Amino acid sequence: MSTSSIAPPPAAAPASGDYAPIRAKAAPRPGTWIAALIVALLVLALVNFLLTNPVLDWGTVATYILDVKVVQGVGWTLLLTVLSMVVGTVIALLAAIMRRSDNPVLRGVAWAYIFVFRGTPVYTQLVFWGLFTVIIPKIVIGVPFGLELLSFSTRDLFTAFWAAVIGLGLNEGAYLAEIFRSGLNSVDRGQSEASRALGMSEGLILRRIIVPQAMRVIVPPLGNETIGMLKTTSLVLAVPFTLDLTFATNGIANKLFTPIPLLIVAALWYLAITSVLMVGQHHLEKYFGRGFDARTPGAPGTKRSRQSAVNSAGTTPQNPLPEVEL
Amino acid sequence: MSHENTHRAAPAEAAVPAIEIEGLHKSFGDVHVLKGCDLTVRPGEVAVLVGPSGSGKSTLLRCINQLEEASAGRVRIEGVTQGYAEQPLADGRWQKLSAKQIAAQRARIGMVFQRFQLFPHMTALHNVMEAPVHVLGVEKAQAESEARELLARVGLAERADHYPSELSGGQQQRVAIARALAMKPELMLFDEPTSALDPELVAEVLAVLQDLAADGMTMVVVTHEMGFAREVADTVVFMDDGRIIEQGPPAQVIDSPRSDRLKDFLDSVL
Repeated sequence: MSTSSIAPPPAAAPASGDYAPIRAKAAPRPGTWIAALIVALLVLALVNFLLTNPVLDWGTVATYILDVKVVQGVGWTLLLTVLSMVVGTVIALLAAIMRRSDNPVLRGVAWAYIFVFRGTPVYTQLVFWGLFTVIIPKIVIGVPFGLELLSFSTRDLFTAFWAAVIGLGLNEGAYLAEIFRSGLNSVDRGQSEASRALGMSEGLILRRIIVPQAMRVIVPPLGNETIGMLKTTSLVLAVPFTLDLTFATNGIANKLFTPIPLLIVAALWYLAITSVLMVGQHHLEKYFGRGFDARTPGAPGTKRSRQSAVNSAGTTPQNPLPEVEL
Repeated sequence: MSHENTHRAAPAEAAVPAIEIEGLHKSFGDVHVLKGCDLTVRPGEVAVLVGPSGSGKSTLLRCINQLEEASAGRVRIEGVTQGYAEQPLADGRWQKLSAKQIAAQRARIGMVFQRFQLFPHMTALHNVMEAPVHVLGVEKAQAESEARELLARVGLAERADHYPSELSGGQQQRVAIARALAMKPELMLFDEPTSALDPELVAEVLAVLQDLAADGMTMVVVTHEMGFAREVADTVVFMDDGRIIEQGPPAQVIDSPRSDRLKDFLDSVL
């Protein structure tokens, strides 16, 4: 790195606040230029392929992107994503708090839940929840081994949709529990001490002091998990639940014998929803980051603090991407 | 400045002590940190704990508001036993108080920490309002006006709407003092309140402490600021190796130490 192109600092110090800025010429970086040229050529080739290859059939993509079945599929996919994330979040918060408990029963049950649901494929779990009504056809409320007060058939309540929501939610809860736990642990122990010294109860400390601070660490990986969940909903065929986006586009593709344009339709929709989710995540991060970063948004450091939050959650490397890609 | 020590009328001998510590021991596993401490603090008294690091000063302070659970001995605040019932059970064991009862006892004791421990997600104002609103159930409007008064008292009226990350260390510590005062505590504990501050910010925090002492607040202060101890303390308590070695008025303890250990300590800090 030669600095010959940078003017030497002026010999005489200028008056304070009044100086001539350095007129700099960038140092040559031939390696970077060659790399950029190669990448640009590859991108051009890709664009050419996308536009000219008849297999992609953009006409069919345009025809079906707003097809009723497809748009309904988008709706079901969104509903599945939101509901299963809500189920997962509630379970995860419970499990994370239980794992912090002094009581070995609470701690043990939470550990076992995470162990089982994180350790088995979500596909297997979805098939299981699909068969739930076969395994447990009737739920009876009453005295065990005795009086029957109330009984109902699970088949009427536990439809394929709810089986999908419960299945996805329980699986997600196990991952989120670990994210929440690391988030709760990331809050300085001195914070709960200071709260205790003020006479606050443990529940109040958790709700007012610990969880709001933990959210700053939790939200970035929670956003990743939500985007992951959006795509994992394409597995609900295992239940089987057959109204989601992937099933809808596959159904049309099988009818038309044109799988590729409808894969593109599905991919474009997943991308569009992900973009919307990213905007929501950005706003959540800003809200929970209040008070933590006095610097203006975009200033050096904001990116780093977000990345360190993601890293400290320690969950991203265990993201079950191979399952999602099924 | 010696008037700081004389403004308070000598409390009547018969008055119930603000703090009464008897035979306090504390072990962390195999480490015996407090080895039998006795200390009495009168209402309105300022007791300053000094001693080398690791001598047990902070642990003793934290036992007073039950942030640490004593291994043996007893702490009474205004005559009320902390953490346990007043009388033993029939089998000689002592009934522990519930978490709720302990929280109520802690609420009456203010504490200020070395590293401030303000709530970073709340503005200075909301830091001060938090416990009165959510622990004591004070109306928000009333809590806010009281909080603004307290912030004005520590010289931070204009900083009420700033987050802790936007305040200097000295300002954060003054907010922390206002936060503790908002609970209208009967006594205040200070755990090295100036040790984490840049030297030029120490004076502003000590001035607030001095002001509180002048108002008659009962205070126990762990500090390395011997100048502060000399000017503000009614009693200087010297601790070493988990024991209270000497205690008395600053003139006696600082200027004419009796034990060799205190002499060595004073040589190293003065």
